Amino acid sequence: MQSLKQQWFGNIRGDILSGLVVALALIPEAIAFSIIAGVDPMVGLYASFTMAVIIAFAGGRPGMISAATGAMALVMVPLIRDYGVEYLFAATLLTGVIQIIFGVLKVAKLMKFIPNAVMIGFVNSLAILIFMAQVPHFIGISTMTYVFVGVTLLLVYTLPRFIKVIPAPLIAIVALTVVAIFSGINLRTIGDLGTITQSLPTFIIPDVPFNLETFKIIFPFSISLAIVGLVESLLTAQIVDDMTGTESNKNQEARGQGIANIVTGFFGGMAGCAMIGQSVINVKSGGRGRLSTLIAGLFLMFLILVLGDLVVKIPMPVLVGIMIMVCIGTFDWSSFKYLVKAPRTDALVMLTTVVIVVWTHDLSKGVIAGVILSAVFFVVKISSVKIMQEDNRYFVNGQLFFASTDSFVDYFKYNEIKSNNIQIDFSNSRIWDDSGVGALVKVEELLKEKGIQVEVVELDASSKKIISQLESLSSSH
Amino acid sequence: MYKHILLAADGSENAVRAAKEAIKIASCKEDSFIEVVYVIDFDKSKSGVLHSSSSEALNLERRQKISKVEQTLKESNVSYKVTFLHGEPGPEIVKYANEQQVELVVIGSRGLNGLQEMVLGSVSHKVMKRVNCPALVVK
Repeated sequence: MQSLKQQWFGNIRGDILSGLVVALALIPEAIAFSIIAGVDPMVGLYASFTMAVIIAFAGGRPGMISAATGAMALVMVPLIRDYGVEYLFAATLLTGVIQIIFGVLKVAKLMKFIPNAVMIGFVNSLAILIFMAQVPHFIGISTMTYVFVGVTLLLVYTLPRFIKVIPAPLIAIVALTVVAIFSGINLRTIGDLGTITQSLPTFIIPDVPFNLETFKIIFPFSISLAIVGLVESLLTAQIVDDMTGTESNKNQEARGQGIANIVTGFFGGMAGCAMIGQSVINVKSGGRGRLSTLIAGLFLMFLILVLGDLVVKIPMPVLVGIMIMVCIGTFDWSSFKYLVKAPRTDALVMLTTVVIVVWTHDLSKGVIAGVILSAVFFVVKISSVKIMQEDNRYFVNGQLFFASTDSFVDYFKYNEIKSNNIQIDFSNSRIWDDSGVGALVKVEELLKEKGIQVEVVELDASSKKIISQLESLSSSH
Repeated sequence: MYKHILLAADGSENAVRAAKEAIKIASCKEDSFIEVVYVIDFDKSKSGVLHSSSSEALNLERRQKISKVEQTLKESNVSYKVTFLHGEPGPEIVKYANEQQVELVVIGSRGLNGLQEMVLGSVSHKVMKRVNCPALVVK
């Protein structure tokens, strides 16, 4: 791990430049995610500002970018629709508290138990949902809407070949907004969907009754937000770790996300988390340290204060085009190969995760269902014991524990054993618990009744230990 | 002769041929060693992390990509080590070679992506032009 001084000032030039690039790339996304959530663009912009600034200090992964995100926006849609934005601020506070508790309890370690299949399903369903959220903004509105979406996509995919310094989405936004204003083409703009206030966020206490009723409303959302936020943040941290060849403190990141969300809730922002796309842009643009995240947040706020009037004039189709690009970048395109090549159960877990998320619009439900399903598959897989016979030696293959004892006992119960002197070989097995020991005792008795002599061989040390412990226990009675 | 030799490798046959030439040169001097550098594109990180169960598994998978090169080096008696870099292959190799002040860079003339080389100009060309030490491009 680098020293704190290095995390801040080890890469000043690269961090400042990449921070500026990320701020520019963040604006359209923060606005689009606000629209998805159903709140004013300022809620997403303020959140992106406070998340980035606080995470720069409190996070555990230098160089990672946190802001308002699509994954979180999708979760909060029903809360805002049914109860309004003040409940969102309260839920954001509670999300932060839950994440800090998760961080203190070192929940980051549990991330290891989320299988690949679920993580792949997570990013894919996120991409699908963000795309679906764009559909009402461009299908069946006008021909010019389609044209602008198309031209935006063309620009964002071809420009990077020629211009590397300025992010292509920014060029597309500026150029097409100018075209839209001067040609007088009738297009919906961001201003039609919300307002941009050119002022700094101020400290507020969410205007909700502080009682059990409110808690019951926001708690399920906050739990979902806390889980989604940590899953995406810790996945992003792993990606940034890999890209930069450095390590990060995942528990500190979990706590940092919590602190950032609490502050965001008090300053009128929506709950946020780390962003894969923006963090990749940051590292690619040369960002490595905490300074890059801080600059991104500060410059974003500066841009809104200065250019707020112009931002509302951005045509919606241009924003939609950029969000389609974000979806294409988020989707894991190697998934199709994965579906063909991966073990059937993994492919099924991935598809289940996607289907549940797209159905419920809640990424946390997909993650939970995916984890449970893969756990079930895992138990099924390891809970069968295979027995191979060679002459009078019977080889046990697999783990002997409470879930697998049936298949072990049944083999000796229902198979005819010709020899009256056999060996049961445990070199490919291990006895894990009292059920395993019980099953072995049962089989020995069963065979004894049939007049067959049994010798148990090749037990490993830990199996022997558990057998002797249980034997001493039973003999003391 | 050269003590610290950088061998730029990817999964291609050319990299294996380059390895053989690097071995010849390294064998001339007793304490010279070869550093195999494999650059992983930034865009490969996301799918790499998503499709591997741990960073150790991911490293193993990447190491298998250059296993032919490593095999060739193992069979010779030259000492070597493998270094992974992240970023754009050309500029990363140049930056690393200049920072580490290696004495010779050995690189295959073309890598895995034939089409890209015709359109954009090759990694080996970029490396040749910009490293501060002699470079050997192997056909």
